[in-house]
Formats: sequence, C-alpha cells, structure tokens
Amino acid sequence: MTSPLSKTGMAACLIILILCALTPLLQSDYLIDVVTEILIVALFALSLNIIIGYSGNVSFGHAAYFAIGGYVNAILLTTYGWPLLPSAVAGVLAATLTAAIVAYFCTRLTDIYFAMLTLAFSMLVWAIVFKWRSLTNGDDGFTPVHVPAMIDDRTAFFYFTMIVIVVSIAVLWVITHSAFGRSLVAVRENVGRAGFVGIHTRRMRWQAFVIAGFFAGVAGVLFGMYHRGMYVESAFWTQSAQVLIMTLLGGIYSFFGPLIGAAVLFMLERLTNEYTEYWPTVLGVILLAILLFQPDGLVGLGKRIKNKFGGGGSP
Amino acid sequence: MLDLIREFSPGLAILLTNPQFAFIQLLNSISQGMNLFIIAAGLSLIFGVLKVINFAHGVFYMFGAYVVHTVFMDWGAPFWVGAIASALALGVIAAIIERTLFRQIYEAEHLMQLLLTFAIVLIMGDLAKVIWGTEQYSVSYPASLKGATDLGITFYPSYRLMLCIIGPLILIALYWFAERTRWGRMTKAATQDREMLAALGINVPLIYTSVFILGSALAGFGGALAAPFSSPVPGMDATLIVECFVIVIVGGLGSLWGTFVGALLYGLVFNFGSVIYPNGQDVFAYLLLLVVLLIRPWGLYGKPEAGGH
Repeated sequence: MTSPLSKTGMAACLIILILCALTPLLQSDYLIDVVTEILIVALFALSLNIIIGYSGNVSFGHAAYFAIGGYVNAILLTTYGWPLLPSAVAGVLAATLTAAIVAYFCTRLTDIYFAMLTLAFSMLVWAIVFKWRSLTNGDDGFTPVHVPAMIDDRTAFFYFTMIVIVVSIAVLWVITHSAFGRSLVAVRENVGRAGFVGIHTRRMRWQAFVIAGFFAGVAGVLFGMYHRGMYVESAFWTQSAQVLIMTLLGGIYSFFGPLIGAAVLFMLERLTNEYTEYWPTVLGVILLAILLFQPDGLVGLGKRIKNKFGGGGSP
Repeated sequence: MLDLIREFSPGLAILLTNPQFAFIQLLNSISQGMNLFIIAAGLSLIFGVLKVINFAHGVFYMFGAYVVHTVFMDWGAPFWVGAIASALALGVIAAIIERTLFRQIYEAEHLMQLLLTFAIVLIMGDLAKVIWGTEQYSVSYPASLKGATDLGITFYPSYRLMLCIIGPLILIALYWFAERTRWGRMTKAATQDREMLAALGINVPLIYTSVFILGSALAGFGGALAAPFSSPVPGMDATLIVECFVIVIVGGLGSLWGTFVGALLYGLVFNFGSVIYPNGQDVFAYLLLLVVLLIRPWGLYGKPEAGGH
C-alpha cells in the first residue's frame, strides 16, 4: 500500500461500517433488504471500475460474470445439493475463468472494439443461459434457490453479505493501491508510455479484467442467494449498462466513487418506483443532465460527493 | 451415413435430402438478412461518419414498427404510405436529437457518447409506452403481397420475396449516393478531415445532421418492413440492437458492403443453425461474431484500428 487512507477517510469508512452493521437493530426488514442489496450492487460496480477506472477500458458486458457466478452457485446449491462453501467457490471460479478467457481475446483490442467484443461475449453468455433450459430453466428464471439453513434468515444473510463484501472491498483497496494498481493507472493514462517504462500493458489489462470478473462473480453469488433466484435478464446487456451508469455516476477516478454511485442510483430507483413506473425516463434524464450540464463530467460529481463524506463524516 | 446424420440432427438430414426445404431455408435467410441489412446499414452509416455507436438505433426501429401500425392499421392508409411515414417520422426525430443532443458530444470520449445514446434509449422506450401502451400489436401484410409466389421449385410468401429484392436495391441506392453524388463525396471527406472540409466552406454540421437523418430513417423504414412478422411490442428494440451490432461488427464498422455481407451471414447462420440445432439459434449468431473477431478483430471488411495494440 503506497497511500493509506487519510484519517478522516478512515473515520468515515469506520462510521459507515458501524452504521451498516447496526442496521438490523432498527428492526426494519425493509431497511435490511435495502442495505443488503446496495452492498451487493456496490461490489458489482466497484469490480467494474477495476476495468474502467484503473485499466481504462470500457467493458460493456460485465453482467456476464455476475450472472455466471450467480447461476453456477444457484444450480450447484439447488440442483446438485452442494454445501455453501464449495458451491460459492465454484461459482466465483467459473466467473473468473470465463473472464480470463474472454479477456485474453478482448485485450487484443481497445476502445470501441473492446467494448463491442465484451458486449458480444456477454450476449453469448446470455444466449446460453437463455437456451440451456434443462439446466437454467431459461426465461422462466432459476427459482427458488436453495439457500443453506445457516444463512437462511434475513439478519444472518445480511451479516454474511456484509462480511463478504467488506473483505472483498478491502482486498480491492489493497490491490488498487499496490504497485500493481499504480501501474494500471499508468496504463489508463498513457498506454504507450506505460509500455516504454517496461509495463507489459496487455498482461496488466488482462489481469485487471480477471480481478474484475472474480469480484463480479462474488456479487453474483450473493445476488442469487439474496433473491432466491437467478433470471436471464441479469446477463442481458441492459444490466451491463446499468452497472456502467452506476460506476460513472459515482466517478470512475476515485476508489469509492462507484460504491456511492451504486447506492445513490439504487435508492433513486426504489423511490422513483414508488411514485411512477417511468424509472427509465428518470434515469435517462439524470444521465443527460450529467453528460450535458456537468462540464467536468461525472468525475466532478463523484468528487463532490466524496468530499462531503470525507469532510462531514456522514452525509 | 444418412442415419448417422439423422440421429445427430434430424434437421440437417432433411436439409440434405429435401432440396425444396433447403431452398426455402435459403430464402428465409436472405429475407431476414435483407431486412436486418436495411436497419444495420443505417447504424453503419452513422458510425462511419459520426463515429458514434448509436444504441438508440434499436428504439428508432421500434418506433418505425409502431408508426406503420398507426398509419396503416389504425388510419387505414396503404402499407407503403405507412412505411414511408415511418422513415419520415424517424428522420424528423433524428434531426431534433442530432441538433439538440448529439452535437454536444462529438468531441467527448466514446464512453460518454455511448451513455448519451443509452439515455435516449431509456427515454424513448418509455415514450413509446406512453403513446402506444404495452400491448403487442399485429400488423397485416400489404394486400398486394399477401399470397405466395410460384418460384417453380416451390411457393414462397410474396412479402418475404419483396424483402429479398428491396435489400439489394437499397444497397445500390446507398452506393450510388456515396460514390456518385456531391453529397456522398462531401460525406467521405468529412470522415477524413472535418476541419479542412469546413475551411473549404462546406457546412460540416449539416452533413452530420443529414447522415444521422438518413441512417435513422433507414431504421424506421426497416422497422416498418419488419412489423408484419415482428408484431410491435415494448422491448423489441433491445434484442434487435444487439443483432445489428453483431452484423455491423462482423462486416467491419463503417463498411456498407461489409454490413451487407454481415447481414446475409447472420441470416444464414441464424436460419440454418436453428434447423440443424434448434436449441441454439441465438448462440450460433454470437458464435459467428466470435469466430470472425478472433480471425479479423476489425471485421471482414473493416480497417485495423489506428495505432495498433
């Protein structure tokens, strides 16, 4: 770790952590559900940011690894009756392995071609999930997922999720603030120069993609158990777009940006859906407003939100 | 031998033993491919000049299908009037979007452009629900093309035959536009060097607007032509846009001829794939894309990325 958290940053993290951990004390099922789901999507968005914010490529098919993790775990738990640990590990490994293969091909390309190829691979995953009815139950969705008794309770599952997510985020933090993470930023900023100083840029981008696939898989495993079901839509390109928007909304140049983006967008969606069915329009307008009227882009917005967190302790 | 094939794939066995059936599959492939070509050509044209991957192209297609339903089915105008109304309506919508939104982002990163077009998808998708509701409509075939045509070997639906003919006609028309007209030459110049062209006194923004209008009108027209068998419904845009991406990338981004070949290949792989292995029709289409990209990452007729990797 070359740059440890600042004192205020550390304090903010701790406070948020404690607030999260205390959520079940409020005895509100609604609140527990919301926080659990935010934690899961936040990890998903953070994992995507390893590709975008750190290696500088835009993946338009990140939902694939999320879905693979979720489906493999759900199928092993339910159809084959595996215990939690091996099945979750298998789910994450399947996501990682797929990401490793896909990344091998995608990292040969950059920019639009990279985005399109990741999109194509994710749609291939979607098509397989959709068509392999005997295993995945196709578009009827794979449900119900057999959740192990140990975590088959709202509060227990909440703590389980929280531990997994906090550990994952900590590992991501260490990775992105290590020498490896710094080199990734160099690759993002200038591939040519990064190459000149001896960084194997293609391998670095591959590694970033694999790490992102791993943590998307973790998020997918948790998602499937939380919802007690997996659905083909979770591999569709619109899902990839959604997580991309979360990541950007928060800001791709800061570590915690995507986490904030995920939380904000998730809450906005929940609130909007209580009043109107036109959430897509609301999201579209937010997106337009940011793209057109925020001259320093989403990054500035992310930074401002982050400053608030850093300065005031809590929002 | 044939028994072995039959065991592996009954569909393949029929294809090999029944030329009539194989011929019908071929025509199905071509007609589907040509319908997709009309739509994907618009996407390819827009990317070629504006360098924007337009996610909203699928929504334009969906609007095209809805407009033909309203004009043809509800108002009772002839089908072709409806199809042309679709193209015109999308042209107008495109002009507004280009002038107000796209113009702001030509200089921005590709990611921002993608997101802007995605915002349009979200808003227009909801708009369609407000205007047309969420039910699925059926659009009948135009009266003159209702029956089947005798091709000697077999009968084939006249409407689908028309698609097989109209696709190449549009290819020729677009080629003529691009190669033989002043507008086409200016468009080509705009892809090479915008600033130089502007310095020569050409109104470059107007070229951009016109290309966007033409590309989007093709999406509307293609949507109208697809309406009799696609039956307009919310969400029809989401799968179509990915099909168009597959075609355009297989052919090579920005290449018109490539888009044509890509669309034909897509139709062939989709139709013959689903006869040979009925469970895998969508999978085959994406496999086609992967195979092409592994061999030629920039597509069959595209140019390698500038700068290399």
